[in-house]
Amino acid sequence: MLDCKHASRLVSQSMDRRLSLRERLGLRLHLLLCDACTQFSKQMALLQQAARQWRSRIENDTRVSLPDDARQRIAAAVALKTESLARQNPDQNLTD
Amino acid sequence: MTAAENTHDWLAEHGDYLYRFALARLRDPHLAEDVVQETMLAAMQGGGHSGKSSARTWLTGILKHKIIDQFRRQQRETSLETPDDIADDAPGMDEFFLDDGHWNEPPQSWGDPGSLMQQDQFLQTLQDCMDKLPKKLAQIFLLRDVHESDNEEICKELEITATNAWVMLYRARMGLRKCLELNWMGGH
Repeated sequence: MLDCKHASRLVSQSMDRRLSLRERLGLRLHLLLCDACTQFSKQMALLQQAARQWRSRIENDTRVSLPDDARQRIAAAVALKTESLARQNPDQNLTD
Repeated sequence: MTAAENTHDWLAEHGDYLYRFALARLRDPHLAEDVVQETMLAAMQGGGHSGKSSARTWLTGILKHKIIDQFRRQQRETSLETPDDIADDAPGMDEFFLDDGHWNEPPQSWGDPGSLMQQDQFLQTLQDCMDKLPKKLAQIFLLRDVHESDNEEICKELEITATNAWVMLYRARMGLRKCLELNWMGGH
């Protein structure tokens, strides 16, 4: 019979790999009998869900924008690179 | 239209989105700015996208590669892998369990998942907890559970074995779980 330490490890790994049949059965049996690990398993699912929710919050937070100084710096870097490319390949026009 | 003009438009139109996309993974504003710049330079030299994908999808594809590169650089800089990072019974893990393998403090219910996800406070606590994790563990959690890289990619890019990746992810999640329970549940 698995102990909680081992069971918690398998719960985490089940998020990253396919457990063997033996591991799956052992874990299922343990979870049937163990409230603490059942809560842990729910928490792991919540944690994963929260990680994605947190990500999409930031991705969609229109109050956050690329700072102006970074924008200018990037535009300058692009301009510099364009020039140096044009110098390297004077014949080649960088057009679409 | 020249490549430079294209790039100018991309930056104006998609710069904010790309920046937020990077910020949600790298967490650091300066690193996020850097990868947006690298993306724009690569996009300019790439000349443009073709086919059905939108400019945003195409740029995001380039950005993802730049973000992974950044993770790889960070992992290299964050000291070599210490046995503590990967050992099964590393310090800090024992506190979770008693000698007989039972929970030291059994996990508690966090309540209704639906309402939990709606709460800014819960997500803010998750962010604070990520900041408290050892850097390497935070990075692998960001790659796997936030960015949703598959394990094969994580192992290849971070040059670690699958077993090490599982152990580090387990430790990261255990640390976050504990921190959330203390700081979020504690506040209720």
